[in-house]
Amino acid sequence: MGLLSKKDTKLITDPLADNNPITIQVLGICSALAITAELKASIVMSISVLFVLGVGNVVVSLMRNIIPSKIRIIVQLVVVAALVIIVDQVLKAFAYELSKTLSVFVGLIITNCIIMGRFEAFALGNGPWRSFLDGIGNAAGYGAILIIVGFFRELLGSGTLLGFKVLGDPIEKTGLYAIGYENNGFMLLSPMALIVVGVIIWVQRTRNKALVEDH
Amino acid sequence: MEHIELFFKSIFIDNMVFATFLGMCSYLAVSKKVSTAVGLGAAVIFVLVVTVPLNWLLDQYILQPGALGKWLGEDYASYDLSFLSFIMFIATIATMVQLVEIIVEKFAPALYNSLGIFLPLIAVNCAILGGSLFMQSREIPTIGLATTYGLGSGIGWFLAILAIAAIREKIRYSNVPPALRGLGITFIITGLMAIGFMSFGGMLTGGDEESKNETPEVVEKIELEKEEIIKDTGAEHSQSIADNTIKVVE
Repeated sequence: MGLLSKKDTKLITDPLADNNPITIQVLGICSALAITAELKASIVMSISVLFVLGVGNVVVSLMRNIIPSKIRIIVQLVVVAALVIIVDQVLKAFAYELSKTLSVFVGLIITNCIIMGRFEAFALGNGPWRSFLDGIGNAAGYGAILIIVGFFRELLGSGTLLGFKVLGDPIEKTGLYAIGYENNGFMLLSPMALIVVGVIIWVQRTRNKALVEDH
Repeated sequence: MEHIELFFKSIFIDNMVFATFLGMCSYLAVSKKVSTAVGLGAAVIFVLVVTVPLNWLLDQYILQPGALGKWLGEDYASYDLSFLSFIMFIATIATMVQLVEIIVEKFAPALYNSLGIFLPLIAVNCAILGGSLFMQSREIPTIGLATTYGLGSGIGWFLAILAIAAIREKIRYSNVPPALRGLGITFIITGLMAIGFMSFGGMLTGGDEESKNETPEVVEKIELEKEEIIKDTGAEHSQSIADNTIKVVE
């Protein structure tokens, strides 16, 4: 990696594992859970957040010396809202069906705590390039969890991945269904998203004891 | 009647936390103690009751397609400003939160001391923006109903955070596996509570199911529920409410 120094690489890789925004920093859960019933929606949501957080971090970082600290929240909100409007309009233009599935959750990227959290914690104190990397890293960490949850919920809940019937056809009884496998429709209901994330946290903390909280 | 129905629907069936996961960040972060949870919950109710009707007005008279024509004359009827709704809503919310903070500080210092630190947090609470966005997408017809919706959703959020805070206070004395302590177990408990809240789903449709026996297939069950909701509430706007419910269920 000639382009990135060791410190810069850490900015990207840290949020993917030991400093994950969802499972460790507890940010950005609001919009993360509701749209993970299908893998496709999770991927699109991750890309949207990647764009908003990457660009937003750069913009806020460029303005960090001229924003008066008293009104910084409102300035940051305007930056995010403008970027989210772009995402929303692009989705409506090129993926209308999907933008219907995501419904208000695209708009809720604005109040996604992960974005304000990274602006406050990183972009306000660092240069544009490092902020960009931090934004990309955190959005990727967020996306990773979203995609894992989306993968399991769609696979176990409807037996498909991105709409392809990977486990066979439940009506014609082919593939796994021939030997009596049934879809677990419960996985598609919203409470299961919480439980899947809970299990991910469990696995992660079992593997890395340093992350364990004392209540 | 309409008000009562919407009120209970927004508290139990469309509960912000359990059905749509709104405001999860502060829900998880501020639920370690019951007293702070009550403070934040009260602040959320307060701000929702103020901002949802305000944003309803904005939506009706500025943002909707043709809304400007209602009061600026026919020349403006062709404008569609709905793409501005995110920025208008969030600006209204941020301003209102500041305003509420100043007013409360001036006239009710005791309340300010208990709510004060939570108010700025609320501007970026997804539950508040979510309330306004759902109000818009469900096409709530009158300002009275919008206020009821804000109040109901706020109370629903309050109940949720109160319940989880009480459970977390007790769970400190239980023997939770180390890796699940803190965040992990909170997620799983919230999931279980959400499953419990799903049982409220039949509250508004209960008892009317006999007439729908002609389509018994399980596959069509969701479609069926959608029809029921539309039939029950009767009003035109319920289509979008039903759509949202189904989306969340899916």
